[in-house]
Amino acid sequence: MLSRLAAPRTRAALLLIGATLLAGCTDGPWNNPNPDSPPGLVTYQSVMTPLPPKHLDPALSYAADESLFLMQIYEPPMGYHYLKRPYELLPLGVEDFPEITYINAEGEIIDPQAEDVAYSVYELTVRADARYQPHPAFALDDRGAPRYLFKDASESRPYRQISDFPELGSRPVAANDYVYAIKRLADPFNASPMLGFMAQYIVGMEDFSARLKDVPRDGWVNLDDYRMDGLEVVDDRTFRITIKGRYPQFSYWLAMHFFSPIAPEVDRFFHNPGFLDRNLTLDWWPVGSGPFMMVKNDPNSEIVLERNPNFREDYFPTEGAPGDAEQGLLEDAGKRLPLIDRAVFRLEKEVLSLWTKFLQGYYDRSGESHGNTNRVFDQAFVVGPNGVELGAELASHGITVSPDVKPAIYYYGFNMRDPVLGGYTEERRKLRRALQIAFDTEEYLKIFYKGNGIPAQSPIPPGIPGFVEGEAGINPYVYDWVDGAPKRKSIEHAKQLLTEAGYPNGRDARTGEPLKIFIDVQSQAISSTSMNWMDRAFGRIGVQVEYRPADWNRTREKLLTGNTQIFSHGWLADYPDPENFLFLLYGPESPLICNCDGANNASYERPEYDDLFRQMRVLPAGEERDALVARMVDLYREDAVWLYGFYPKDIYLNNPWVHNNKRHGISKNTLKYVRIDDDLRERKREEWNQPVIWPLYAMSALLVALLLPGIIAYRRRLRATARQ
Amino acid sequence: MKPVILWSDALIFLLVISLALFFWRLRRDPQTRERWAEVFSSRLGMVAFTVIAAYIMVALLDSLHFRRALENPESLATEEVFYDNKVTSVFDVLTGGMGERFERTYSAPFALLSFEKENIKDADGRDIRDFPPLRHAGQHLSHPDERAADILGKSVRALLWGLLLCALVITPQWLLLRGSRFPWLASWTTQAVILCSAVWMVSLSRHYHILGTDQGGADVLFQSLKGIRTGVLLGTLATLVMLPIAVTLGVMAGYFKGWVDDVVQYLYTTLSSIPGILLIAASVLLFQVYIDLNPDFFAVGMEKADAKFIALCFILGVTSWSTLCRLIRAETLKISQLGYVQAAHAFGVSHTRILGRHVLPNVVHIILITFVLDFSALVLAEAVLSYIGVGVDPSMGSWGNMINGARSELSREPTIWWTLTGAFFFMFVLVLAANLFSDLVRDAFDPRTSLRRASA
Amino acid sequence: MFAYIVRRLIYAIPILVGVNLLTFTLFFVVNSPDDMAASQLGDKYVTPEAIENWKQKNGYDKPLFLNPDAAGVAQITDTIFFDKSVRLFAFDFGRSESGRDITTDVATRMWPSLAVALPTFLVGIGVNICVALMVVMFRGTRLDRGAVFVFVALMSISYLFYIIGGQFLVAKTWRLVPISGFHTEGQVWKFLILPVLVGVVAGIGAGARWYRTLFLEEANQDYVRTARAKGCSELSILFRHILPNALIPILTGVVVLIPSLFMGSLLIESFFGIPGLGSYMLDAINSQDFAIVRSMVFIGSILYIIGLLLTDISYTWADPRVRLS
Repeated sequence: MLSRLAAPRTRAALLLIGATLLAGCTDGPWNNPNPDSPPGLVTYQSVMTPLPPKHLDPALSYAADESLFLMQIYEPPMGYHYLKRPYELLPLGVEDFPEITYINAEGEIIDPQAEDVAYSVYELTVRADARYQPHPAFALDDRGAPRYLFKDASESRPYRQISDFPELGSRPVAANDYVYAIKRLADPFNASPMLGFMAQYIVGMEDFSARLKDVPRDGWVNLDDYRMDGLEVVDDRTFRITIKGRYPQFSYWLAMHFFSPIAPEVDRFFHNPGFLDRNLTLDWWPVGSGPFMMVKNDPNSEIVLERNPNFREDYFPTEGAPGDAEQGLLEDAGKRLPLIDRAVFRLEKEVLSLWTKFLQGYYDRSGESHGNTNRVFDQAFVVGPNGVELGAELASHGITVSPDVKPAIYYYGFNMRDPVLGGYTEERRKLRRALQIAFDTEEYLKIFYKGNGIPAQSPIPPGIPGFVEGEAGINPYVYDWVDGAPKRKSIEHAKQLLTEAGYPNGRDARTGEPLKIFIDVQSQAISSTSMNWMDRAFGRIGVQVEYRPADWNRTREKLLTGNTQIFSHGWLADYPDPENFLFLLYGPESPLICNCDGANNASYERPEYDDLFRQMRVLPAGEERDALVARMVDLYREDAVWLYGFYPKDIYLNNPWVHNNKRHGISKNTLKYVRIDDDLRERKREEWNQPVIWPLYAMSALLVALLLPGIIAYRRRLRATARQ
Repeated sequence: MKPVILWSDALIFLLVISLALFFWRLRRDPQTRERWAEVFSSRLGMVAFTVIAAYIMVALLDSLHFRRALENPESLATEEVFYDNKVTSVFDVLTGGMGERFERTYSAPFALLSFEKENIKDADGRDIRDFPPLRHAGQHLSHPDERAADILGKSVRALLWGLLLCALVITPQWLLLRGSRFPWLASWTTQAVILCSAVWMVSLSRHYHILGTDQGGADVLFQSLKGIRTGVLLGTLATLVMLPIAVTLGVMAGYFKGWVDDVVQYLYTTLSSIPGILLIAASVLLFQVYIDLNPDFFAVGMEKADAKFIALCFILGVTSWSTLCRLIRAETLKISQLGYVQAAHAFGVSHTRILGRHVLPNVVHIILITFVLDFSALVLAEAVLSYIGVGVDPSMGSWGNMINGARSELSREPTIWWTLTGAFFFMFVLVLAANLFSDLVRDAFDPRTSLRRASA
Repeated sequence: MFAYIVRRLIYAIPILVGVNLLTFTLFFVVNSPDDMAASQLGDKYVTPEAIENWKQKNGYDKPLFLNPDAAGVAQITDTIFFDKSVRLFAFDFGRSESGRDITTDVATRMWPSLAVALPTFLVGIGVNICVALMVVMFRGTRLDRGAVFVFVALMSISYLFYIIGGQFLVAKTWRLVPISGFHTEGQVWKFLILPVLVGVVAGIGAGARWYRTLFLEEANQDYVRTARAKGCSELSILFRHILPNALIPILTGVVVLIPSLFMGSLLIESFFGIPGLGSYMLDAINSQDFAIVRSMVFIGSILYIIGLLLTDISYTWADPRVRLS
């Protein structure tokens, strides 16, 4: 009788197994997590992690993982050469480099070297072949009027996604689109993170912003109706931007997505009534002239990009940095871009899943804006004397490695106003240097970053002018040059410094009180293992450590009010220029002085440094400027402003079928260079994903084994009762 | 040496003392005695209780905190004594410095070499890449091959010492409890096993890392043992903290009825209708902010972590408060209908007297059952909360933090399994013992089940 | 009956107001609107103007609970609290702090949640009942005691271990199913196998043990003894007498869970990458997106209240003697 009870379940289990087997026979490996991609299109499979982008409006977004999408879809005026190092700026959305004229306060054109430069005017000419992707916003009806303009929300109700609009249109990129984009940055309603910063430079931005504040917002406000003094449209393809004074770094800003062209009709389209309620906004559906266009945006699971059929003629560069050709990076030289048809970015939150899928071949690369290798998968490779060595399994997969040194620095800074550690006397400097020596950055990086980082000798990372390699580039207060490599000074030396600073063995020479330092950390960014490690590191010179973890908001508050002793911070450069790093120590940038979200959280103030910075900021690249930078770095070292710092290195792993994996530390628009060997991918996936079947049989056997004794025992019992 | 009494230390000792007093008083009540006797008359109950008692013992030892005095340098004239910033517990001392033997990074259980290759110099002074030897494992061995024999020899010696200790501990019990009607043999066996393994762990950990080390080179076994205090305290304090509120409100609602009842019902319905996890997350963040804004309240980091921990207990208590409150309300409603309570009313006995004399003693069994039942759930919840990021402070060792940190270690090649295993084992044993014990307690005290037994 | 339901729903209003009040207080003590603006605007170059603009755009530029500048009723109505919570009652959840429409998100994310939670729930009940019945057949034997011990042991394992273990073995080592993910194009079921399996296995301990108790309770009733005396076979007692009667407490016990199935499972969803409401909530906590948290708390409370209501109704349905009044 019991078998009757058990039978349906066993049958169901068998059915399930059968179904799985059948499915396995029909379409590839059972564990394929990707949906079938359209036949004939080469699809790049990648990942977004750990969170989907929040903003895809170029005026709003300011995060690397958002930039990843924006830079494939939009083309800002300037860009970078894909292969050449040091980074080389190139025109991207415009024909040529900006033509800069300098004028004085009276409005007369003057010599670029002149002292009294009041304004600089940047003139740019849009590429003739730049065209927007096909989009319903450009669709026109028979009379030439926009096809999709709705009077009220009920009219627009049938359209839920961009793909629901049957009619599409396109047009060339116009000069006014760039101007419109800058006006959008200035529109206070958009709350762009660039507004406050750019208003310092672009003429008339502040006024414009103030005027627009009072404009009633009911639907679309055409920014073309409002004038901004610093912007001028010369003709269809030419426009001018006027900025205050001299600011050579402005060209770099033009390479960021903030300055990408926005067509006014697109902005108007997304202000159709009712669109907002269905997430039909420019913030979710970017429209640009770049190599790709967005066809699906489901931030909960995936974002799909597809080749923009209207993309201008763009070719793979024919020359690169030394060594690129040997690495096969020039194999595609001269080919028309982009080299893939589609790119799918899947949301992945858990590291175990991400890595499993990558190793199974379902993700082509280990990550996009992060290599995801540092903390997670570090056992897969080791950083040896000859660079990265892959673990056995990865090596057998033919996985390749691309390192990436971002123009960034992570550091722990001292609060220079702190009564115990701060100050500029020789004693305090010695105290700070002793702490610097005790914090063994090399060991720290080895343990917690798998060696993927370079201990910072100065605030300027490699690849940026001002970074000095070799003996000349070491911080002589912390390192010695021994056998052709920097060697950290000994703990004895640190103890000696500590004694000279008035803390023999870490005890205050006058009171005997042990020296206790306070480190403010972000609670999410620190683990107890690294806290333990630091305890021990400082314990070697007798200094005790106390941590004050807090969430990001509270940490930020502490930084703004200077209520810290030692704080952790990081900086990712916007552009490859030493100015973008040295301003982290510029006195007026201190939050306590400017009463703003300043970047000089150490509140480092040294008049000489500030003077040098002001001179350096406006100088063109050259020897004179290098000398100033070197002097500033010296001052930083002398005053020992930061406890330690390192330049993070990231390592990306690539499955063997992905080509052109060179990482560009700054620019994100590198997807168009990627090439995929589709056949190899299919083969390898098949090979790597043969399921292990015995557990299924084992489980069925176990189930039967559990049921059988039950049945037998039951029978026996039944008989026993019958006999009674 | 300067003793440090953290809030949670004080609370746990208070709890233990009050529980002891409570049972001392209850001893006189024949019915309660009968029920407890029932719990302890099963061997399973004895074993489970012994295991729980061992855990509680560890937790208590780990709750005796002090700060070591620092030696003053000779040059210093002052007589003032300064103390180490680090807080140590008696338990740390008893483990023989198990937690102070750090390696550089990962190492496998009983390994002699580190888990990761490093640039080292070989005998001839050349740079090679190999697994460096550990600092605190197998130092006494002249050759790595001796390891197995050495481990075996040391284990046997440890077991002998362990047995000696067992004899010391169990003989007095045997003399005292001989001829008792309870299955003490089961408890003694368990005690012997626990004692022997404790001696084994402490003595072997001097020469090896029994459960390996984690990323920062800390001993995993020691971390797992430190997790005991967090687990036990969370499981008990959370219930303790909510007890006064739940009992007061529940009894009041059931006894006074009317608008009091309405208000109390409204309160607990509202609270329990909020998804628990969101309530906990919000409250934990809230308390974090409070700590950040008032850093001067706490002398050492440990106190900060401890305050956060107490807050977590409180919040967990508040979220699970409504169930107990509802049960007590219903029970009180029933009791206040009973004849003798009505009679007491008629005689003009005051409310407080009625509540204290007739109502409260009759809801004690509900409190007890909830207490034991919630214990294991709370220990398990801690792990989940750590995953969400609102668990106990990372500087305080806990199984949840271990699991959360080790989650991604499984994806390594070769797999690092020992951190998860350590946390899993110690957590599983505690929760299993608690669950088994709570089953027995419920069977003994739940009027429904006892009724059923009577009729059967 | 109808009047009862209406009354209960009206009674829900003050509860929901209380819930809102509590969430507001908790979150605004933690995060001032300035904090929220700062964390939404990113890390660099955040100016006070930008923060003001953001607050104005998102409606956080009013006082929290009481507006002393306004007159009369507007003192209460012209506040963030009133603005934001009145809308909730109209099921207009507004926009998340990052600008997405919450109603749309909830409506789309509900289905993946259900796709996992419903099978887990149903299969779980089925498996648990089967297991419990088998154990009850051997009641009083060593097998029974052993099974109960196994149940308790299964209960004592943290949910996290079930998930981690399942993913590690089934998906990573054996490569039988995708380790995580969810998409609706093609075979959705292959993403559901593992989460459902893990959910069911993790639930067997507690579930089967509970059902066993219920069955045993019935088995000790007089009518069962009568049936046995009558000479009914063991099996017919089990299926004809015990099972139908025990189903009533099972039903009334689980009905409270049904509405909360919509909310999904926090852990399962985030580990298996299922874009449901559970992971939505977790993301909202992590990014401290107050608008989403507020809406989810509201939805959660409503579902809870509905669950209570369903339980009451199920009692009357199961036991005609109970009348709702």
